Amino acid sequence: MKLKRFFEKRKIPLAWLLLTRQPLRILVAIAGISFAGILMFMQLGFRDGLFDASVTVHKLFNADLVLISPRSKSSISMSGFPRRRLVQSMAHKDVIGTTAVNWNFLLWRNPENLSTRSILALGFEPSKPLLVDSDFERKAATLKNKGRVLFDDLSRDEFGPISAWFKSGRLVETEVSGKRVRVSGIVSLGPSFGADGNLITSSETYLGLSPGNPQGSIEIGLVRLKKGSDIEKVVRSLNLSLPSDVKVMSLKSFIDFEKNYWKSSTSIGFIFTLGAAMGFIVGCVIVYQILYSDVSDHLPEYATLMAMGYNLRSLLGVVAREGFILSIMGYIPAYISGQALYALVRSSTKLPVEMSFSRASIIFFLILFMCMGSALAAMKKLADADPAEIF
Amino acid sequence: MNNLVNNTLKIVSLNHWYGQGEMKRHVLQSISMEIFPGEVVLLTGPSGCGKTTLLTLIGALRKVQDGDLRVFGKQLCGASRKTRQNLRKNIGMIFQGHNLLRCLTAEQNVQMGADLLNGFSYKARRAQSREWLRAVGLEDQMAKLPHDLSGGQKQRVAIARALAARPKLLLADEPTSALDSSTGREIVILLKKLAIEQSCSVLMVTHDPRILDVADRLLRMEDGQLLPSV
Repeated sequence: MKLKRFFEKRKIPLAWLLLTRQPLRILVAIAGISFAGILMFMQLGFRDGLFDASVTVHKLFNADLVLISPRSKSSISMSGFPRRRLVQSMAHKDVIGTTAVNWNFLLWRNPENLSTRSILALGFEPSKPLLVDSDFERKAATLKNKGRVLFDDLSRDEFGPISAWFKSGRLVETEVSGKRVRVSGIVSLGPSFGADGNLITSSETYLGLSPGNPQGSIEIGLVRLKKGSDIEKVVRSLNLSLPSDVKVMSLKSFIDFEKNYWKSSTSIGFIFTLGAAMGFIVGCVIVYQILYSDVSDHLPEYATLMAMGYNLRSLLGVVAREGFILSIMGYIPAYISGQALYALVRSSTKLPVEMSFSRASIIFFLILFMCMGSALAAMKKLADADPAEIF
Repeated sequence: MNNLVNNTLKIVSLNHWYGQGEMKRHVLQSISMEIFPGEVVLLTGPSGCGKTTLLTLIGALRKVQDGDLRVFGKQLCGASRKTRQNLRKNIGMIFQGHNLLRCLTAEQNVQMGADLLNGFSYKARRAQSREWLRAVGLEDQMAKLPHDLSGGQKQRVAIARALAARPKLLLADEPTSALDSSTGREIVILLKKLAIEQSCSVLMVTHDPRILDVADRLLRMEDGQLLPSV
């Protein structure tokens, strides 16, 4: 009923006609707004993608709590702590299981062209849980033989066509830190900003590959709690009972700890946010220019409308509607190009850059704000429309 | 609107000045006049004598400085911006340059006038616009942009647009100046005919001697003063 009333009351869509009867101008406007939008999509996408990528492995850990050394600053500089601490944590009544994890960078030799490259290696006891992946237990069982590794098929191509060879049934053998290993399975983790690729192996193999590792020292301890335990409470009591050479945190704060390193201790956040801000400013300038010249060109017509009895408010509404139409028409191509470019980035860098709903809506509101702000600035020109001057 | 008022327009000793200080010019000097419903009044005089200024004051486009100016009984001297704006909806205007909206078709231009009316559905306003275009003889040109219309056709659209808002007073500033003489005369006769059908008063400023006979009354102006009628 209300819709029908609205339909009955509608008037000539002046804003739409003003824009569409000047195809060149609107094309320039849409190109400019989309460009600004694409810039924002890319910059913010890269930023979030890099932050998300830094915790791809962290998110997969099958754990409620994580033990790390207080000297560890991020996944690319993990320090060791005594494995005994993890055993001590078992004393807490809510703890039902633990997994000791070694975590360090080792040199991987590409079996195809024999070049070497640094890869993140995780060592753990194969009989214990490590990742939440349901199929992982079966793959982990293959690590019980010495010298076997699981290779991450999302690792960068520079490590060699490992998963392709493996899936074709070929026996894949190569060297890690100068020692022979055999690939006994494929996992999907994903590279991060710090690590180009990942491999998982048993603690025994890991220690063989990295003989310098101090006896009984691990980098990460995973702790699983009884269902329904108060995680924060357990964290507090473990931090009190364990010596200060280890830090206990929930898995979520471990993830935030890692993300936070990349956000605060590197320039990534600043650079990409600045890039997005540049896009926003460029967009503002373009839209303002378009709307300002549109109002200037039609000034006599606006004055005529005022003389006919249209009030200033309804004419300001026309400019505002022009801004709104431009924001929609500019956003759609920006969104589509953003999707396409994200797919391109994913396939060429393997970074987890996704079109998230929150980013899509943030950028929509930024574009809307950009267009409406410019429209507001262009409205000042309307004050020059003097109906007394047109006779 | 006040029913007790029987005149459309009443002016008593209206004065207007342009400029400041030394440069101040007295462009309208104690003008007094009246226009009654359905009357067609022509205003002539040499250029620069203040005709257009008088028209913009009556059209509520300019602030009245001194004197008594009532349109439909409403005092315009000291009237607020909002009062003047609302009053304009009841005053139709036809300009020297047709001043059509370039981005709208003939039909849409006329509908911009009809859209000022409250209480009519979109369909009704659209039908009225078409009716007006038919009345000015442009039923075949409805979908054309002003760019594709001749000077006379544009002025016909402008008349239709002005009348579509159902004004009680129509102000026209040299509507024939851009047209050849026969077209000009045709337009003015059409204007008069349609205005009378709507019982709308017309005040037309013109230089064109060939259309003077259309008027019910003729006013002459010189140096900001109305000359006594002959």
